[in-house]
Amino acid sequence: MKTCYINGMGCVSAQESTNFETLLDLFKELKEPVVKVHKPTYKAYIKPAMIRRMASGVKNSVVAANIALKEADLSNPDAIITGTGMGCLIDSEKFLKKLIENKEAFLTPTSFIQSTHNTVGGQIALALKCNAYNMTYVHNATSFEIALIDALLMIQEGEESVLVGGVDELGDYTTELYRLLGQIKEEKSLSNGILKSNSIGTVFSEGASFFALGNKKSKNSYAKLIDVQIIDTCTQEEIAKKATSFLATNNLTVAEIDVVVLGINGDKDFQDFYSGFQQTLFKNTQQLYYKHLSGEYNTASAFGLWMAANICKTKSIPAVTKLNNKPENGIKKVLLYNQFRGENHSFTLIESC
Amino acid sequence: MSLLILWLSLLWITEIRMSKGVAITGMGIISAIGNNVEENYNSLIQKNDGISQIKKIDTVHASHIKVGEINYSDNELISLLKIPENNNYSRTALLAEMACKEAVKNANITNINECRTGIISATSVGGMDKTEQYYESILTNAAQQKYIEAHNAGDATKKLARSLGIKDFVTTISTACSSSANAIMLGARLIKAGKLDRVIVGGADCLSKFTINGFNTLMILSEENCKPFDASRNGLNLGEAAAYLVLESEAIVEKSKKKVLAYVTGYANANDAFHQTASSEEGIGATLAMEKALSVASLMPKDIDYINAHGTATPNNDMSESRALINVFKEEIPSFSSTKAYTGHTLAAAAAIEAVYSVLAIQNNVVFPNLNFKEAIPTTNLIPVVEVIQKQLHHVLSNSFGFGGNCSTIIFSKTAL
Repeated sequence: MKTCYINGMGCVSAQESTNFETLLDLFKELKEPVVKVHKPTYKAYIKPAMIRRMASGVKNSVVAANIALKEADLSNPDAIITGTGMGCLIDSEKFLKKLIENKEAFLTPTSFIQSTHNTVGGQIALALKCNAYNMTYVHNATSFEIALIDALLMIQEGEESVLVGGVDELGDYTTELYRLLGQIKEEKSLSNGILKSNSIGTVFSEGASFFALGNKKSKNSYAKLIDVQIIDTCTQEEIAKKATSFLATNNLTVAEIDVVVLGINGDKDFQDFYSGFQQTLFKNTQQLYYKHLSGEYNTASAFGLWMAANICKTKSIPAVTKLNNKPENGIKKVLLYNQFRGENHSFTLIESC
Repeated sequence: MSLLILWLSLLWITEIRMSKGVAITGMGIISAIGNNVEENYNSLIQKNDGISQIKKIDTVHASHIKVGEINYSDNELISLLKIPENNNYSRTALLAEMACKEAVKNANITNINECRTGIISATSVGGMDKTEQYYESILTNAAQQKYIEAHNAGDATKKLARSLGIKDFVTTISTACSSSANAIMLGARLIKAGKLDRVIVGGADCLSKFTINGFNTLMILSEENCKPFDASRNGLNLGEAAAYLVLESEAIVEKSKKKVLAYVTGYANANDAFHQTASSEEGIGATLAMEKALSVASLMPKDIDYINAHGTATPNNDMSESRALINVFKEEIPSFSSTKAYTGHTLAAAAAIEAVYSVLAIQNNVVFPNLNFKEAIPTTNLIPVVEVIQKQLHHVLSNSFGFGGNCSTIIFSKTAL
């Protein structure tokens, strides 16, 4: 088995996460039902003419990928793998709206060209002039995790470096539709944060997190990416068993996990999957959460990995992420668990290095 | 020390015992030239194309562009599949169910969870057909709101997984027109790596106003039947289709003693890194993809007996692909044809339906003709196969290229190598 290291990472999110000096401690809980990204200084990474043309998801990805590659001192990865649940929503909506409103007349190709799900991967390859393997996964809330699985497989197959990321963007029309379905919280239930919101739905947001993985450790390495598993459907009763067997395949027991990072998003209808872990399986483990900081989107779990890998490196856990308080015993093995509306479960295991 | 030697020699034995191919044990397809594998094969050898004027989509372009449309209406598909009336199936998902059902039956699978089985499906439009149909009314019509969650690309895959009873490894790929080649590639890699024992791979895309208008703005739709690789080619015909293959590990095939249709022996994915939609003149990505696939299969260019080309019949693709073919195969270009003139360009499903055609070619030792070809492109002078020809086929190479510079090649072989 070859070891896979996270050697660089970049994150654009609802928080000021691209600023190097920003401490996770300063992140603030989101208090609105729909939150856009905290815009990074795009012009530091992208040519002005391109900034105007690119939709938010592409821009955020280019910035996040840039930071990740720079940290890993990598210019031409052996693979570029992207996960995106909803793809390029802004351009899709733009083209669809014009198509309907103008009754299929006066359409221009730009937004159609940029509407395909693989636009992000293509644009990054173009910018890097990278002819390598290029893949885009689009499976709801496991889009990022399957990208990680592919990346791990690439490293096992002998590739030296992989750029892998998760991105989703908010589209006004789509947000409106999901509001109709009751999947977005009302503002009044958020005044005390998602944990105390006691309501259905969640905070919708967007973001892009990219990771430069490599088969060699560097001075910048954040953590080792050990294993990732996706489980599309599963009952509450089964999930604990799935967690222990995932750990067992990695020769680990629950007691050996130092930190568990949960994808809790405040939706009371689907909280039980997490509560089972909080109250039973991982009750003696330090538990963290992050979607009160990142908001929910199909690839929000990439923000979770970014946060977890940061914690692995800095060896310090920001208070704002803690669900409980356990005496710190060193942070070595971190398990992430995520699900969305009772589906698309995933486990990601990382280890400090 | 002796233990170490024993261990090393065991490793060595495993290494040489591990064959290069991943077995294909079942396949299913629905396209404009047939509702199952047999119908597709018959159309291919009888030179019956499925290109006609648009009948099922309410579009202003209906009178002047031609497409490869599947005859069944959504309601007919729903009733054929015995899906409850109050469903939220997009047409993409319906087509996917049709093809997937045939593939699983063809592979003689009685208990899907007897081994670690996954599903990888590809799409580019997903549930766009319903989204565009209900775009305005859905905001106020509660009965239509069930389609909101049928829009995303993963929805059809989720439905397939539910119908089949697959619970763990379920995923969706979208790399534009190369999508289902990448589904086949990932499936083969996962089996080779021992992560899965069996995986159903393929893709589905229905026609939609969104794609028709999108390609129309790019001015690459032909008003006639498309003419791949012809000097006077003037654009593509869009099509709709779904196709799935069942891939199984050596161990499963050995245990069940089931018939293997063909093997996936080579695969590669490269990026042209030239332009968001256009292919590079020299076919950089396509060349890389073919070369890498040959290397994965440990084959030489001369070993390829037939190429099922991407051949969309746009001026840009066919020129770029011709250059790439010359880059890889030099003076000895194998028999090649594009089957897009039969089916239209079925986007994310294209590589999957052409995988089925490649397997059919190997099984029947037959090369399918490239319809509507008259005159070679002067600068490259490549002449595709224009009649049905019989010849021994051991290795077939299939190309699929897409927006975003995505280029993929899959190699299918008669034996495992």
